[in-house]
Amino acid sequence: MSTIYLDNNATTQVAEDVLEAMLPYFRDLYGNPSSMHSFGGQVGQKIRTAREQVAALLGAMPEEIIFTSCGTESDNAAIRSALAIHPDKKHIVTSRVEHPAIHALCAQLATQGYRITELPVDKNGLLDLENLEKNLTTDTAVVSLMWGNNETGVIFPVEEVARLAHEKGILFHTDAVQSAGKIPINMKNNVIDMLSISGHKLHAPKGIGILYVRRGTRFSPFLIGGHQEKGRRGGTENTPSIIGLGKACELADKNMQKENNEVKRLRDKLEKELLERIPQSRVNGDTANRLPNTTNISFEFVEGEAILLLMNELGICASSGSACTSGSLQPSHVLRAMGVPFTMAHGSIRFSLSIYNTEEEVDYVIDKMPAIIERLRGMSPFWNQAGQSCTNQ
Amino acid sequence: MWEYTDKVKEHFLNPRNVGEIENPDGVAEVGSLACGDALKLTFKLDENKRIRDAKFKTFGCASAIASSSALTEMIKGMTVDEALKVSNQDIAQYLGGLPDEKMHCSVMGKQALEKAVENYRGAPSLEAGAKIICECFGVTDKEIERAIRENNLSTVEDVTNYTKAGGGCGGCQDAIQQIIDQVKAEPKIDTKPRLTNIQKIRLIEETIEREIRPSLKHDGGDIEIIDIIGNRVMVATRGACSTCKASDITLKHFVEHRLKELVSPDIVVEEVTK
Repeated sequence: MSTIYLDNNATTQVAEDVLEAMLPYFRDLYGNPSSMHSFGGQVGQKIRTAREQVAALLGAMPEEIIFTSCGTESDNAAIRSALAIHPDKKHIVTSRVEHPAIHALCAQLATQGYRITELPVDKNGLLDLENLEKNLTTDTAVVSLMWGNNETGVIFPVEEVARLAHEKGILFHTDAVQSAGKIPINMKNNVIDMLSISGHKLHAPKGIGILYVRRGTRFSPFLIGGHQEKGRRGGTENTPSIIGLGKACELADKNMQKENNEVKRLRDKLEKELLERIPQSRVNGDTANRLPNTTNISFEFVEGEAILLLMNELGICASSGSACTSGSLQPSHVLRAMGVPFTMAHGSIRFSLSIYNTEEEVDYVIDKMPAIIERLRGMSPFWNQAGQSCTNQ
Repeated sequence: MWEYTDKVKEHFLNPRNVGEIENPDGVAEVGSLACGDALKLTFKLDENKRIRDAKFKTFGCASAIASSSALTEMIKGMTVDEALKVSNQDIAQYLGGLPDEKMHCSVMGKQALEKAVENYRGAPSLEAGAKIICECFGVTDKEIERAIRENNLSTVEDVTNYTKAGGGCGGCQDAIQQIIDQVKAEPKIDTKPRLTNIQKIRLIEETIEREIRPSLKHDGGDIEIIDIIGNRVMVATRGACSTCKASDITLKHFVEHRLKELVSPDIVVEEVTK
């Protein structure tokens, strides 16, 4: 049975070209880029190239790129830096739908004397900018909002928010882990101070990320050690992964059109067909401001983990915001923040595509999903009642 | 990803007894859509007052569906009194175990069974004097107390895994801790009366007949009592058990464990060849 991978917001396949670019740096070219000898120095040269490739994807300058170990490290480094350079400010503004890398960090900071404002979102997962402005105070050290939501794909207007924050002299950070490589990002056209990216979401390997820090923005390092990354992040460079990420960014730049045309077309087809074929299903999140690869669909009166395991039997990979998948007892904090009814939240499935998905795969999923949902609804004590209430309407 | 046993997967993919019995003798609905799992259990008795048929409808995850399927299989053929003795641990054991975070699925099965029997007997469904502790999931103090006693739970996290209480807003976690402290502080009452030798022998025979042989037979094995001397129970294994390399483990961990639990903690099981 072949695997149909529609879980690209969880992680992605390493691109063949990326792997090829990395392999020599595991085998022969193992030198330390900091060394004086040319055996190490030649690796340093490749890291410079990788930094330029990453910068090119973002419309940034190479010196604005700091390589880290993952998106979570980048997020932690950004927030802690903002607090360190404004030791007198004790307020952080974020949202209720952030990734745990920000959400859990802020929860911890709340126990250490910081005041956290988690902005609510509406039923489509969108922010109220007026409300956001009201919450920006002279005590606010940093505003951190994700660019694209990992569960729903909803895009926040982070460039506009960065301007609002700057008007009040407040730093702005965005977690762009899900949006990098999926939608065009040009740091020349915005005033965002810091931006986090994770390699494995854009066909580079796991264990590599970057933090963009705008030139002129003060930065206090998170990892203290050697002089690597101009003293902004200690630790010997993860050379193969950095080189792989550089290549992945180059490919992402090339594939941006495909992502926004072909991937989007397949996502739209999948979504439209599933909604048509499966009664009492709906999309979670705003469909106008959304990443091109993501759709989050709720199937009422069935539970997400059971859906995923039946999909798994057919080799189809996706994920769910149901409580049971995570081991917590409440469904996804993102869907709860949007006020998605429990009847819908427990049965939510996130499909996230990539440029490697094919029309045949999407057709197969469209063909198989209705029977999966029907089978579970046949077991559900709520389904008959719902069916009846439907005909009464 | 959860590490479910093959038996859980099998009961999830091929659930037994899905549906609703028309004109059931007992019916119960537990859980809710908000909770993320819910179970409707119906059963029908035969002329000998044994459960002839049991069916379920479940909204929930794989382990909730598998637990419901297991429950209906287990209670068929039992009297309601026998069925009430099925514990959530028995359901989990039948499935070869459940992940800690999923034990509440087996508890849901147990609750449905109790409520269905109450419904059959016409007894009130809410235990007298019970009060809701966990508002998020509607769990009462009595349910929490029982889960603590039956499963020997010691932390709030355990209680959440088994009953869901405290897993929502978390506002009742202090109250749960108080219940744990209270239960732990209770003097352990030895509920088992002192037995005469004859009574003990009868109880051992009954326990093996009722609790042990059906499980062994299910796997193609069997057991026979050869002699009982004091607390030593001599048995011989039959069928698949007699050739099974793991039969020592079965004797110690299952047969002896059950007898220690249900008859006397001093019981020792020994295998004799005959």
